[in-house]
Amino acid sequence: MSAASVMARVDRDRARSWLQDYGVYVGVAAIVLFNVVFTPGFVSLENFRVQAVQAAPIVVVALGMALVIATGGIDLSVGAVMALSAAFVSLYLGYGPLVSVLVALLVGAVAGAVNGTIVAVAGVQAIIVTLAMMIAGRGLALVLVPQLEGIRNPALREFGSGSVAGVPYVVWVAALMVALVLFLVRRTLFGRRLVAVGGNRRAAELSGLPVRRTLLLVYTLCGALAAVAGVMTTARLQASDPNSVGLLIELSAITAVVVGGTPLSGGRVRVAGTVAGAILMQLLVATLIKHNLPPSWTQMAQTAVIIAAVYVARERGRS
Amino acid sequence: MSTVTERVPGPGSESSRGVPVRELLQRHGALLVLAVVLVAAGVGLDGFLTAGNLNHVAVGSAFLAILALGMTFVIVTGGIDLSVGTNFALGGVLAAWASQYGSLAALALPLAVCGAIGLLNGVLIARARLAPFITTLATMLGAWGLMLSVSDEGNTTYLVPDGAVLTSLVHGRLFGVIGYPLLLVLVLFVIGGIALSRTGWGQNVYAVGGDERSAALMGVPVARTKTAVYTVSGLCAGAAGVLNAFWLGSGVTIFGIGIELQAISAVVIGGTLLSGGYGFVSGSFVGVMLLAVIQNIINTISGLTSAFQEVVSGVFLIVVVLAQSRLSRSRPRA
Repeated sequence: MSAASVMARVDRDRARSWLQDYGVYVGVAAIVLFNVVFTPGFVSLENFRVQAVQAAPIVVVALGMALVIATGGIDLSVGAVMALSAAFVSLYLGYGPLVSVLVALLVGAVAGAVNGTIVAVAGVQAIIVTLAMMIAGRGLALVLVPQLEGIRNPALREFGSGSVAGVPYVVWVAALMVALVLFLVRRTLFGRRLVAVGGNRRAAELSGLPVRRTLLLVYTLCGALAAVAGVMTTARLQASDPNSVGLLIELSAITAVVVGGTPLSGGRVRVAGTVAGAILMQLLVATLIKHNLPPSWTQMAQTAVIIAAVYVARERGRS
Repeated sequence: MSTVTERVPGPGSESSRGVPVRELLQRHGALLVLAVVLVAAGVGLDGFLTAGNLNHVAVGSAFLAILALGMTFVIVTGGIDLSVGTNFALGGVLAAWASQYGSLAALALPLAVCGAIGLLNGVLIARARLAPFITTLATMLGAWGLMLSVSDEGNTTYLVPDGAVLTSLVHGRLFGVIGYPLLLVLVLFVIGGIALSRTGWGQNVYAVGGDERSAALMGVPVARTKTAVYTVSGLCAGAAGVLNAFWLGSGVTIFGIGIELQAISAVVIGGTLLSGGYGFVSGSFVGVMLLAVIQNIINTISGLTSAFQEVVSGVFLIVVVLAQSRLSRSRPRA
């Protein structure tokens, strides 16, 4: 191989690596720019607020997904867990909003813990475990709350649509979750371990890391975060709708994580990139809707974005 | 089938005497459970073990069986195809739409489009080396979007015109007993079984699933084999869609969402390992029948909702996968 071709290859690898790490920000900037120019009424405080509120659940779910993917796993059940938590909010509302929200969060954590236990202890592939949970979880939510149930509670309504200091509550909560996950990843032993498990599970085991406990905790956290998103959505809609809450959000979340620079093979996690990825997914859908394109276009556009993102991310995954 | 059994035991398996029993359970466990369930239901439920009801159960699960057949090949290569559910729905809508131009068009169009989606899956996975689950998750969404755009965002339900040749064929019965869809399924499974266990191509499928790198070093055309299995899976989804459209007389847009889990369940229940390299087509058929019989029993006993059935099938899948992981873990590892 000649020196020139080696240099060309190094350049290409560097470009690809840069694209993996920062492509998502370019994407967000591009779509914002497009909207500023072509979408009437995009630049307004009200619209920013709407976009932020709608992006909030995706961000929260994507955070949990990023942690799971960093361990080399996947969680397809996040949408179903959202539906479960929505169902429990409605079931326990009689005990007051606080109790119902806490129960919903607990249920999400338990669903995640079930995933985690089967993945970590029994060693079954995460995709199949969480696929089963995806079906069984939404089924259970529909058994408990068969159809849309309106939720009339002043506190929950305030949480869903109110704001403090001009920023909606749900956005505050999402920001809090981002801070929490950033703290976990950057400052705690747990954060180191989850990346180590994803990087090389055997090496992590051999060096004495509590691999199973880490995995269990990661899936539990992912379930709990999905439940937070479920509560957010329920509060915003003022209704518990297990049929449609969180439907297909696993796709947006996985895409957000991958677009954000976390490789599907694990061993690395990028929190800020994930948040940007989630915002990108929200803006993509919002742009297509604003330009009166039918839902079918949204789905096909999302397909293209997912495949492109995974394609760009693939090289590092093999190293 | 000897070719299949030969490649199962890992090195050193002869040292453990427990392996043959486990191997037997892994291979025929589903059949055993199916027999037990059939006998129990036959004793406990009136009118269950009649030719009419059994034919009803079998024909009703013909779509699932065809999907599971395609899925078997994919899973044996160590992959997964999550797009079959919406691809199947797309096939049904396309078949119903094209039926106005005759039965041949209704057959050809879905097979072409669904096969193309399968091919796209295969190319992305085998050539571009994308992870199977994310690729097929994306095309699941894409196939859904395509179906929605074909059916006017799901607002138009195309009807199959009365008197179509395929309609009478799909609803017909051989000797007045065995429904033709069941017959088609049996024929497809025999062809699939021969292709997987008796041909060089089938050996390639096993080799790719067993160890892709070794397979490549042995000269197995890995990329071509993988592309082929996803294309076959797409074609199966298209065929099942055609069958469904003519069975129901229309292209129902919501049918088929989530059916991919049932197809995967059936394959796994049938003894095929999700990790690839091991599995067989006949097991998937038994798996489909087992799922169908259990569903039939749930329906007969109490008018439980479909949501409840989803809970049961999710839990059932986990139980089976757990049992399998115990069985295969006790098998010595390379």
